Amino acid sequence: MTGGSATGSAELSTQPHEAIRQPGLGPRGFARWAWRQLTSMRVALLLLFLLAVAAVPGSVFPQRGANPGDVLTYLDEHRTLGPWLDRLSMFDVYSAPWFAAIYLLLFISLVGCVLPRSFQHVRAIRSRPPAAPRNLTRFVDHRTFVTDAEPAAVVAAAREALKARWWRVDVTESTVSAEKGYARETGNLLFHIALLFLLVGIAVGALLGTHGSVIVVEGNSFANTLAQYDSFGSGRLAGSDQLPPFSFTLKDFRATYERGGAQDGAPRSFEADLAVRDSPTSQPRLQTVEVNEPLVVAGTKVFLIGHGYAPRITVRDKNGTVVSSTAVPFLPRDGKFTSMGAIKVPDGGPVQFGFRGVFLPTAHLDPVQGGFSTYPAADSPGLLLSLWTGDLGLDTGKPQSVYSLDTSRMKAGPLKSMRVGDVWTLPDGLGSITFDGVSEFASFNIAHDPGKEPAFFAAMTALAGLMLSLFVRRRRLWLRATADGEGRTLVEVAGLAKSEAGGLGRELDELLVRLPAPRPPLPDEEPA
Amino acid sequence: MSQQTFAQLSNGFVYGAMAVLTLAMFAYAAELAFGTRSRVGRGVAALAAQEPRVLVGAEVGAGAPSGDVPVARHLDGDEALRTADPDRQRRADRFGGIAYSLTRLALLLLVLSMICRGLAARRAPWGNMYEFSVASAMVVLLVFVAVARRRPELRYLGTFVVVPVLLTLGAAITFLYVPAGPLVPALKSYWLVIHVAAAIICGGVFSLGGVVTVMYLLQDRWERRGITNSLSRRLPPSDQLDQSAYRLFAFVFPLWTFAIVAGAIWAENAWGRYWNWDPKETWAFITWVVFAGYLHARATAGWSGRKAAVIALLGLSCFIFNYFGVNIWFTGLHSYGGLPNR
Repeated sequence: MTGGSATGSAELSTQPHEAIRQPGLGPRGFARWAWRQLTSMRVALLLLFLLAVAAVPGSVFPQRGANPGDVLTYLDEHRTLGPWLDRLSMFDVYSAPWFAAIYLLLFISLVGCVLPRSFQHVRAIRSRPPAAPRNLTRFVDHRTFVTDAEPAAVVAAAREALKARWWRVDVTESTVSAEKGYARETGNLLFHIALLFLLVGIAVGALLGTHGSVIVVEGNSFANTLAQYDSFGSGRLAGSDQLPPFSFTLKDFRATYERGGAQDGAPRSFEADLAVRDSPTSQPRLQTVEVNEPLVVAGTKVFLIGHGYAPRITVRDKNGTVVSSTAVPFLPRDGKFTSMGAIKVPDGGPVQFGFRGVFLPTAHLDPVQGGFSTYPAADSPGLLLSLWTGDLGLDTGKPQSVYSLDTSRMKAGPLKSMRVGDVWTLPDGLGSITFDGVSEFASFNIAHDPGKEPAFFAAMTALAGLMLSLFVRRRRLWLRATADGEGRTLVEVAGLAKSEAGGLGRELDELLVRLPAPRPPLPDEEPA
Repeated sequence: MSQQTFAQLSNGFVYGAMAVLTLAMFAYAAELAFGTRSRVGRGVAALAAQEPRVLVGAEVGAGAPSGDVPVARHLDGDEALRTADPDRQRRADRFGGIAYSLTRLALLLLVLSMICRGLAARRAPWGNMYEFSVASAMVVLLVFVAVARRRPELRYLGTFVVVPVLLTLGAAITFLYVPAGPLVPALKSYWLVIHVAAAIICGGVFSLGGVVTVMYLLQDRWERRGITNSLSRRLPPSDQLDQSAYRLFAFVFPLWTFAIVAGAIWAENAWGRYWNWDPKETWAFITWVVFAGYLHARATAGWSGRKAAVIALLGLSCFIFNYFGVNIWFTGLHSYGGLPNR
């Protein structure tokens, strides 16, 4: 707990104090001992550090949740170490049982700490401020003065002044006790309870949320059904058959880049024009989606997260009949959008064949280095294709990437570099392939997280509680007014800060201004 | 003026600030050197140390009467110094004043540099690592000047503030520099202004808190071993340094929380998930957890003081690693550094 027992108390646990009992003897004793250990501040500290350390590997190793492809690459490159790391959940750190164990223990410890403290706090709020100690001049922050006013008048004035400043005040005939700053502990408890609700919000999102991604080529459409996603994940309790029935068509995608200068080729803007239908029967509406400006439809958000090129390819058989004519998305590999892809032709020829391809938006074809792109915009597109014949492996039942060619049962054929409009007549009566032009594609993340609002409010509450617990000072103040029997009243005021940070002296001085005026010292008297 | 001119002016101001800070560094060093005690001074100080310590006003100690009241130890030492060798002391004070003025001048130059950078790029001037570093250096100086204004005895930290700031600026202008220009689309959001500004302020205050913490650890060590030297006499006593460091960290922890929450909101708005366990986010989380540990440690018997201070330094290291290490070694969604690809 933050800032709790700063003054004096050496107690580690916030449990109500009990006589120390020896652990051992029976499961009840052990359970009690374990509970007290778990809710002690020392163990909470230990768990906090464990949590920090446990989070580190997730930043070092690729994570399945974020980059499943990188995990496969890593496993491929580390044949002995990889499987061991996998067994230790190093690629799923944040959903690993040991990670969950740490934060669940931490939250149990938190509950065990916060609950008793909440009861204590409620009791403290309902009880009166403690009575004035006998000797107020013992305190570091104290003031004394003599006045002609009656003690009762002094007490009444102090009571009014303190009440006006939101102190909790309790008075007797001649003393005032006041306390202020309960909001510190309130904030502290609020912060910790809000963290529990944050965890609930995260859990709701994980159980009920859905998220997927899809690549859409210009002119094509996407309907929000499971089958149309390229990848899709959903929480255990989320019904993936109940996706909201919206759809959209990518009318146009525009990207602009810096031209010239030190940042030549740096992206400057991405815009995707969508025609959106909220339901299959509704009229389409036009909306432009940009990075940082998602489309919101039916409680779901559609984010523009990437883009690339899709060369338009037409394959004809040896008679000139069109076998296929599509825009094939190629995945960008670098900032200049050198992109890799595959074209598969399972039917229409004497054998199956396909192409491995490299697409270059601003092609620079070098006889030695091969081809590379010098600028991300499609200024002078070029396509490098290598022909492969044999078995595409589509019938093996193994899932295949559409962006790569499994050449394990194929034979390499000739290479060809093509410009837009070029036709390549393929050998062995395979027909021909035409590079018709270039379309762009946009990739979208589509996410629905019903837990994000609860998580947001929990985080805001936690923040508010945290600020109260760190910036509010808890302090007590006492005043005693004693009549000296000669018509004069000796007034003593003292303050005590319960939490760190000072400034009490100024508060005492401000109070004095509002009390009956001090008696001017007579010439023969010592100044007070 | 053209954007080009503003960009050049901005760079000029950074170089100017570095020159001024170098002078400030020498002035702070001279202050410490001239503050060395003469033989007479040592004698008087020894006498003063035997006298019972006096509480100076009610403002100093806000603690309970139970005895955990910080006593203004250095004041009687300083007083002794002043009476012992006024001439030497006056010279030291003059250097101290010069150093402080130079620090404020450097702060002004950095503010001007950021304004010009913003005018040159036509956006908030904290869109890449270079700008982030300059802005953080500015925040360190700003907070130091503000703190030293309220508590003049903390001015003696000057050298230890100015040196890291100089190193940061040097690294920024040599390794991290990118010309002023517009941002990539991913960073075009008002959340950049909010989230990154909060992170910059946190960076500045964490660093200053770290400097005070290191001074606390040194002073605490000197106090326990009974060592006095020209720095230990000028620094506030260890408990006050501890308190100052705590105030900085306690101020910045909610702000760091806010920076993370603001980042999460931005992430939700840009990627569709408010938390991705991206390396940057992971290390921000680790930093947060370590500083949460620091705050808990301070409230735990047997963990306050030196152990808590070490935890705070660990938290600062996590923050710095998140800034440099994660940007350079890890790939993630936060690849905003603008560093040349390798």
